[in-house]
Amino acid sequence: MLSRVASHIYWLGRYLERAENYARFIDVNFNLMQDLPTDMKEQWAPLVAATGDFELYRKKYPGFERHQVMYFLALDSDNPNSMLCSVTNARENARIIRENLSKETWEKVNELYYMLKEGLERKVWKKEDPRQFFETVKNQILLIYGLADATVARTEGWHFRQLGQLLERADKTSRILDVKYHILLPTTHEVGSPLDFLHWMALLKSVTGLNTYRRLYGNIDPSGVVEFLVLNKYFPRSIFYCLKEAERCLRCISENTSDGFRNSVEKAIGEMRSRLEYSEIDDIIAVGLHEYLDNIQLKINHISDLIDINYFRAKDNFVYQPESQSQSQS
Amino acid sequence: MNTEGYSCNEHFDEMFTPDGQVRGHYDEFYNYLSKASAKKMTQLQFSANKTQKAMGMTFNVYHDNQGLEKILHLDIIPRIIANAEWRKLEAGLKQRIYALNLFLQDIYNDQKILKDGIVPADLILGSKDYLKPCVGLTPPKGIWCHITGTDLVRNKDGEYYILEDNLRCPSGVSYMLESREIIKRAYPQLFNDEGVMPVSDYPTKLLKMLQFLSNKAKPVVGVLTPGIYNSAYFEHSYLALQMGVELVNGVDLIVQNNKAYMLTTKGLQQIDVIYRRIDDSFLDPLTFNPESMLGVKGIFDAYKAGNVALANAPGTGVADDKAVYAYVPRIIKYYLGEEPILHNVPTYLCREEEDRKYVLDHIDELVVKETNAAGGYGMLIGPKSTKEEHERFKFLIKNNPDNYIAQPTLSLSTVPCLTDEGIAGRHVDLRPYILYGKDIEVIPGALTRVALKKGSLVVNSSQGGGSKDTWVLYN
Repeated sequence: MLSRVASHIYWLGRYLERAENYARFIDVNFNLMQDLPTDMKEQWAPLVAATGDFELYRKKYPGFERHQVMYFLALDSDNPNSMLCSVTNARENARIIRENLSKETWEKVNELYYMLKEGLERKVWKKEDPRQFFETVKNQILLIYGLADATVARTEGWHFRQLGQLLERADKTSRILDVKYHILLPTTHEVGSPLDFLHWMALLKSVTGLNTYRRLYGNIDPSGVVEFLVLNKYFPRSIFYCLKEAERCLRCISENTSDGFRNSVEKAIGEMRSRLEYSEIDDIIAVGLHEYLDNIQLKINHISDLIDINYFRAKDNFVYQPESQSQSQS
Repeated sequence: MNTEGYSCNEHFDEMFTPDGQVRGHYDEFYNYLSKASAKKMTQLQFSANKTQKAMGMTFNVYHDNQGLEKILHLDIIPRIIANAEWRKLEAGLKQRIYALNLFLQDIYNDQKILKDGIVPADLILGSKDYLKPCVGLTPPKGIWCHITGTDLVRNKDGEYYILEDNLRCPSGVSYMLESREIIKRAYPQLFNDEGVMPVSDYPTKLLKMLQFLSNKAKPVVGVLTPGIYNSAYFEHSYLALQMGVELVNGVDLIVQNNKAYMLTTKGLQQIDVIYRRIDDSFLDPLTFNPESMLGVKGIFDAYKAGNVALANAPGTGVADDKAVYAYVPRIIKYYLGEEPILHNVPTYLCREEEDRKYVLDHIDELVVKETNAAGGYGMLIGPKSTKEEHERFKFLIKNNPDNYIAQPTLSLSTVPCLTDEGIAGRHVDLRPYILYGKDIEVIPGALTRVALKKGSLVVNSSQGGGSKDTWVLYN
């Protein structure tokens, strides 16, 4: 497969997943705010903080009013990570490699784009209840995954898209978890209060994991939720699971059937995956959740850089010649 | 829908005779149309537009966050061509392409036609499109113009005239293919009843033709595009998808030891045949325009060494120059000893004294064109211009006669279209596609471009043109 094409497929996977997660973020925060006592102000700042675009937001807007945050995260074209920008980028990547996608996949991605444009025209963020819009967007993206799952051959292109999707999902799960770190409780006494539980439940809902969690862990308790979302071996949105699958994709791409790693990116992801595999929840708490998640995000970025060097910049058959370590897209 | 009051006697109309009778090959369609309500037709048009948008059948410059994509309007009333008429067009086009190919081989090699004085040597050798690096070169299998999209119009006399030969990477074939898919959905039953010849195997034929250019058993084929900002990008990607080959940019290719390679995730992979959709001058910065960012360094040397085939061959542009056009009937006679089957538009060459005198005397009746300019630049439409403009062009012609030709103003035939005021005639041209591989094959269909503005003769998509599906009937 052409290196350039592989790169576009990888980023198509990342941008779609990013947009889907943003739809989840907003939906869940909206739900959560409805459950808060009337005397508490709506908390939208933590959501912005978790996305990593806090600085940008502060430069543009004075307060954290709901409509504004929703606009910023969903449809603001000045925010490079907004749903609109992610979808536009996904479509742009898809358009460039259209000959590598099935006709249906391209058409659904194209429709998704027009869906966002329409949302912008209709000013959905100002609606009393905009959840329907986010739900539809999320479903459209899931439809694209489903289409791919049912129709795309499991060759290199498939693995590159999966790889992008899985790394993005691992990153976003870490960020969803981080929202909780940023959300303020009225007092420290509230830790373990019904309000605190409400937060944790909302978090699980946002990754469609509440029922699975209940079945596996029973009671909602913070360390259980963290373990579930970071270390769980079976839940497809846990960070460990995503990395394990991403590693598998990398090994399929390099056709590596031996035990060891074959290149620098397999080495990095293998090391990270096994660290998580052998970690206990206490190890995370000892480091501090926020610090731990921060570190995970940095490592994922590093892995993404290594993919770029190993696969998107090959210039001959023998030696890889990385021109620069910076990524063409982010 | 009602077609009473349809005006069809000013120009040749494809559906109606001047006295308002339906032409035979339009019978079935007319039957359908007269029974369908205006509402039904509007609905069909609406869903055709919607499908086009969903398919992303776009052209024109595209900007990341603005979505400046435009859709080429597809009118749902087809342009229908009777079989007998098509056979004649087919024979004429084959004859023409065959002769032009011999001409190209000759002027880059023995130059017999120049030595025999049939075509003036300075016209060819002095042309900026005559590529010196191609001299002495015979492309793989001796084919120069693999893919041609000839522009024709039908004049008031009912005859087809060749307007332009388009021997360098003609575009629009994807519209022919996608439009057919859409129109098939609009008239499922009618398609069964009519017997319309299929065009959908074009990508297969194109791929076969490209593979034929290599001597390998399983050659690697690719489509080379200037990139996503090119107005025809949709088509490049569409053709690559339909053929199941790689769509490559210049940056995806490198040349080593006179062989061309693609940069892949697994290292280098040799490429054997390139359907290139970038101009000659941008193809190779080492041989042609050194400024080119789109091309591939050294690709021309690889081509010359016979390690990669390029379609169309570099250097074909010299044969579709507007002045060379005037000589095509003589070129056909010279190589084939046959009379041309299809008409040329009578062309006055200002380089020849007698012609020049005629042009200067009749400038108010003629269309004057610059020989090297394309697409309506440096053009004078005599009947629609002022005295001052006439004088200005007379001056230009006298100063540089070689650079100008003149032709009588043609009338373009009309086809009924669905407009805001109901069914009305609009002017059309015709661009069939011809593939030259093992044999020469004319695809039974075409891109029919239509001037959507009432009375307009400009069919270009950039200037309010649309398109129609073109049906060639089995019988």
